Amino acid sequence: MDVLHTTFIAPFVEFAFMQRALLGAFMLSLSACPVGVFLMLRRMSLTGDAMAHAILPGAAAGFLLYGLQIVPMTIGGLIAGVIVALGAGMVARLTIQKEDASMAAFYLISLSLGVLMVSLRGSSVDLMHVLFGTVLALNNDALMLIGLVCALTIASLGIFWRALVAECLDPLFLRSVSRLGTPVHFIFLGLVVINLVAGFQALGTLLSVGLMILPAAAARFWTQRVEIMCLLAIGLGLLSSISGLLLSYHASLPSGPAIILSAGAAYLVSVIASPRGVLLARLPRVAHRTA
Amino acid sequence: MPEACLTFSDLTLGYNCHPAVHHLNGTVRKGALTAVVGANGSGKSTLMKGIVGLLKPISGSCAVAPGTRLAYLPQQSELDRSFPARVVDLVSLGLWPRRGLLGRFRPEDREAVAKALSGVGLEGFDKRPIDTLSGGQLQRALFARVLVQDADLILLDEPFNAIDARTVSDLIALIKRWHGESRTVLVVVHDLDLVREHFPEALLLARQPVAWGEARQVLSPENLLRARRFHEAWDENAPWCEPHTAHAHDHGDANHEDIPTRADQRGAA
Repeated sequence: MDVLHTTFIAPFVEFAFMQRALLGAFMLSLSACPVGVFLMLRRMSLTGDAMAHAILPGAAAGFLLYGLQIVPMTIGGLIAGVIVALGAGMVARLTIQKEDASMAAFYLISLSLGVLMVSLRGSSVDLMHVLFGTVLALNNDALMLIGLVCALTIASLGIFWRALVAECLDPLFLRSVSRLGTPVHFIFLGLVVINLVAGFQALGTLLSVGLMILPAAAARFWTQRVEIMCLLAIGLGLLSSISGLLLSYHASLPSGPAIILSAGAAYLVSVIASPRGVLLARLPRVAHRTA
Repeated sequence: MPEACLTFSDLTLGYNCHPAVHHLNGTVRKGALTAVVGANGSGKSTLMKGIVGLLKPISGSCAVAPGTRLAYLPQQSELDRSFPARVVDLVSLGLWPRRGLLGRFRPEDREAVAKALSGVGLEGFDKRPIDTLSGGQLQRALFARVLVQDADLILLDEPFNAIDARTVSDLIALIKRWHGESRTVLVVVHDLDLVREHFPEALLLARQPVAWGEARQVLSPENLLRARRFHEAWDENAPWCEPHTAHAHDHGDANHEDIPTRADQRGAA
């Protein structure tokens, strides 16, 4: 019993930084995971990755100009993300080019700009924080930002839920009954951007997309309902956060990768063991029903 | 004169300056059941898109009577069948015109959905994931969604493709019920016998309107021959269509007798 306590409970009770990290990771799971579910269902999982690369130069620019401060880095990341999301979305909606190609084009432009800017100033140890995050050093500003993003995301998802589902399920139908299709698409891209920006404080720009996609991808294997999938993804995100933080605490691992790897483990287990996973699908069925 | 539900005035729809529907005039009166027929590429689906507003006219206009609720079943649905939704979720999309983005679904809404499902013979399918439906079952579910939409103007673009005979007759019965409820229905159909048997009116398109009126007259051998003679391919070097040459006369009523004569001027247009 004592072992359980020292392993699982004590780190969070004794250390304020662990509590803050846990709070941050919880709020991120709450908002990023449902966004990830829709990202995945719209076959835009890799778009999330592209967006994460796209915000890096903005964050790097903020970092180069103002040092390791959350506000300029956040604003920089937001600007870069919004430009890329809007640009790619506009090209996809207004021309015959599909979103995957336009997104790739825009994020590559953004990424190369970012690399250029970083190289102007030379490398720095602090820049590693931008790239890989510091969930164990979340300050009040960062927690505030994550909380704000979390509230905004949940409110937007609540309000636009029906339109978002309709836009994913049958976009042409939505266009025939409402003009909300295009605005909802951009609102959704905006949510992706702000969640990635909120995530990069904790998990780094490269990995913040991990908490978005991996729990969602894992949840896809367990259920056939969007609502349940979102809840399941949130649950998996929370569990991954806890286990990742504990791993990082006990084994002195970097916290961001530890959290994402935990989510990755949940994904792999789902791929193999879930009702719709590899194992059961390959298993020879002995009996079948008459109808 | 009966009230108009749809008014086309000199409507030209197309893509990249090439018309797919060329100078269409006329009205669809309220409660009419019209089959839209023509060869591939004759502008049937384009006309549907124009009516829904998915495609802006190159010239002219297509006016839907104010306050008309419209339901549209496209030929190529963009429905994502891998999306985790149940049949009941799909059919409930049809509640959008009534409840919009935020309106709560009420008990009578759920009842309407259940009634629509049984109306298309899909009782007991409500909890089924949509990716387990067969093509015909999915088509019936989409008809159920149209039922739920409770629209005044219903546009169906080739709804009988790859549907078995029994389902076709079920769906025809449904369309006739809508007709009986004096809803305006336009259906793109390829099966001419089906049109002759079940549709009071028809519009024969060959980019230009060839004939429009009583179905059996429209589908006369002469009209069909004329419709077959149009060039399906675009001509990149086609001359620009001069305004007010091919469509100098106007006719705003449901009397479309004059269209065949105009088709003869096609060479000039």
